[in-house]
Amino acid sequence: MADINLRAVEKQFDGVPALHAISAAFQDGEFVALLGPSGCGKSTLLRLIAGFEMPSAGSISIGATVMSNGQTGHNVPPEARNIGFVFQSYALWPHMTVRRNVSYPLEVRRTERSALREQTDAALNSTGLMPYADRMPSELSGGQRQRVALARCLVSAPNAVLLDEPLANLDVALRASMQDVFSDFHRRTGATMVYVTHDQSEAMAMADRIAVMSEGRIVQFDTPQTLYSKPRSRFVAEFVGEGTVLPISEVAKEDGKVTANLFGSKITIKTDSPNPDLACLRPENIQITENGDVRSIVKRCTYLGGRYRLTLEAPSGAQLIAESHVQFPVGAQVGVSIHTPWAFSEI
Amino acid sequence: MSPLKGFGSSRSEDRLLSIVLLVAITLTLTPVVRLFIEGVTEGDRFSLRLMQEVLSEGSTHSALLHSLVTAGLGTLVSVVIGGAFAFLVALTDLRAKAALVFCLMIPMMIPPQITALSWTQIMGPSSVLLKTLGVAPPLGAPQPLYSRHGIVLLLGVQHTAIIFLTLRAGLRAIPQEVVEAARVSGARGLRVWWQVIVPLCLPSLAAGVAITFVTALGNFGIPAMLGIPAGYVTLPTLIYQKLAGLGTSVLAEVAVLAILIGFIATCGIVLQRFFQSHQRVHLVGSTSRPLEIPLGRARLVVELTLWAVVATILVLPMLGLLATSLVPAYGVPLRLDTMTLSAWHEALFRQPATQRAFVNSFSLSIGTALALILICLPLAWLMERNPTRLGRLFDGLVDLPYALPGVVLAIAMILLLINLPFTDTTLYGTIWIIYLAYLARFMTIMFRPIQASLRQLDPAMNEVAQSVGASLFQRLRSIILPLSAPAAAAGAILVFLTAFNELTVSALLWSSGTETLGVMIFNLDDSGETVMASALAMTIVLVVMLLMGAIQLSARRLPKGVVPWQT
Repeated sequence: MADINLRAVEKQFDGVPALHAISAAFQDGEFVALLGPSGCGKSTLLRLIAGFEMPSAGSISIGATVMSNGQTGHNVPPEARNIGFVFQSYALWPHMTVRRNVSYPLEVRRTERSALREQTDAALNSTGLMPYADRMPSELSGGQRQRVALARCLVSAPNAVLLDEPLANLDVALRASMQDVFSDFHRRTGATMVYVTHDQSEAMAMADRIAVMSEGRIVQFDTPQTLYSKPRSRFVAEFVGEGTVLPISEVAKEDGKVTANLFGSKITIKTDSPNPDLACLRPENIQITENGDVRSIVKRCTYLGGRYRLTLEAPSGAQLIAESHVQFPVGAQVGVSIHTPWAFSEI
Repeated sequence: MSPLKGFGSSRSEDRLLSIVLLVAITLTLTPVVRLFIEGVTEGDRFSLRLMQEVLSEGSTHSALLHSLVTAGLGTLVSVVIGGAFAFLVALTDLRAKAALVFCLMIPMMIPPQITALSWTQIMGPSSVLLKTLGVAPPLGAPQPLYSRHGIVLLLGVQHTAIIFLTLRAGLRAIPQEVVEAARVSGARGLRVWWQVIVPLCLPSLAAGVAITFVTALGNFGIPAMLGIPAGYVTLPTLIYQKLAGLGTSVLAEVAVLAILIGFIATCGIVLQRFFQSHQRVHLVGSTSRPLEIPLGRARLVVELTLWAVVATILVLPMLGLLATSLVPAYGVPLRLDTMTLSAWHEALFRQPATQRAFVNSFSLSIGTALALILICLPLAWLMERNPTRLGRLFDGLVDLPYALPGVVLAIAMILLLINLPFTDTTLYGTIWIIYLAYLARFMTIMFRPIQASLRQLDPAMNEVAQSVGASLFQRLRSIILPLSAPAAAAGAILVFLTAFNELTVSALLWSSGTETLGVMIFNLDDSGETVMASALAMTIVLVVMLLMGAIQLSARRLPKGVVPWQT
């Protein structure tokens, strides 16, 4: 097991920058999710860590070893990095049985026969694949294939496990159960895991920390709770959770409280910045009351099971997302009061 | 029957499909059936006597052995060259791949008798090129290519592209992730090749080997040009010699020989189909990113080696051919003062026989291409819309006349057309027998690209036209034809190219007045007019490269799978 350190890692493809000076440290044993919309460079970053791509500048180290260095051109090939990689397409070898697929990393390491058998059995057992050991990959279902891929990268006790959108090809029900498999796997092995996804609920459910990426940069790297409650940019506020970002003015401090003007009325805000200019309104910050200060019109009312999701239009024209236990007709006027939203200044 | 049949097709479509299918199947299947009947009858009765007789002759045995040996070893040569090229081009970061592939394709498109002629011009005592350079062996030294080794080498060179194309297609179907997964697991260098890449591309390699063997087995140009002077006879040349020497009286006898070679070829084709269908088994994953294993510092060396190979198998023989075509008489060294275009002038403008051959080959090729467009376009479309059992039968058979050795088809055509039923007329000796043989042989070259392009069309386009009331022929003309025109044009150029170069079929079917260019080169060289043969061959090579260039340039606008060397 090892930590992963990225120092000012840059990557260009034919002169077009894909990653801009990324620096981050993933702790030993940590489950890190790289989250971002498609094209943000998250898969590129993962492939750099795996060694499939060379950084254009900066360096990457796993444990104490510098794996690649863009300046010197030093690059440890993927086969020498002792990592596990789970591909979106699983990438099982179709000409080998499940058992051989799983034992292959040991085979290439010239592991002694009895140890090979023992470790392979352990990996098969822990993923529940023992009954399928002698099948070919084509005879397995999607979820089983994914577990073979997981068993394969688990078998050689890798320094780190890298996962590239491993659940993207599975249906919703299977996705939830595979999330548990990954979480259990992480808890049991204590492996450092880097998990690429564009699905925020997946990242929230599993990761210790999430690195939110946008246009080749890590815009915020925090625990899921912090990302949700204290976003530091408009992008994170809107991408993670359902946040409405609105400008605030007249920020003032009064006996330990910070207040600001939103929609022409004074509200209390939470912040750690000296002069915040934006507020992030989560559904739980918005309460629908008879005598709320902000008169809004219901634009849409969607049933979520047990509660309703309301899209409201404030007098200024801004859209708010609120939740309610009662249904409102579209076009109805409601009063809204806003409670201590998080405020930040866009960096 | 298709569940859509009731809605999607109409009676006029059904009728048209049956008619076109009937014509197509008649063209492709009846000659083969006729040939088989000839082999197992005597008079009008079933008899295996003739078959036993021919198959027990010594000349049959030695020709069979020679055919198997040269085709087998030639395939081996193709596998070595084509396999190396396929692996390197498909899997590594070589530069200028497109140019390399294009150059590797040319030997396949150049007719085999020209390949043989050009190679003999860079070896042996009378080579103009070697004389010019002053390194020719002394007079009386043997021509090293007039031997089994020569035939093997040239068969190998000629069919390199087939192995290359099938293997590269197989390699391209391997998702990059599968190889990356092996590297991440710790597998290094050759182990990745041996344990992952090779097992996955084995079916396509096996399919390539089978079809290369069949093609080499049926090759006539190379063993005819190199083997006949050396007295080394293979099955196709044995058939040619018997028929040329003794005429149609030995027809039944050569039919048995044709059945023999056809039988071996069919085994090969069946094997090839078997492997082809086992290719691409359950390969999961995206193949969008091509594999690019970096060669590092070795890249330049590898590139230079590959280009050197291309220079040896393509440029050098062509230079030899060019040199020979520019001297006044065979054996004169080429210098500035001896250089002359007289052979070109003689071949292109003076000789009535070569001019006739030009006219014949041009009209045959254009006629074949046009007729095949007219047959294949509606056929492919109707079969796509309306899959019937008859259609599937045709789909399985259409490759046969092309895959079977040319001699088999030629003998079958003679048998079929020497005496037209219910009349006294014969087509044997006329240009029509060559024409019909070409239609049967090259149908698949036109059919497959059109089929590929129609499969990529949205069926709704036709249904919309149908819903606004367009009749079958209106739809064919205004929807299907324009949309599949690029593929049909590419197919037509390919048919033209192949027909223009054709030798094997016409060598057995020509008679005075109906000679083709392929036959002409063979005859000129046979009668010692090597210089003129070279000039004529050079002209054909230029036409071939020009047409290939035209296809290459328009490749981007063509649907996938139409240009054979770009799939």
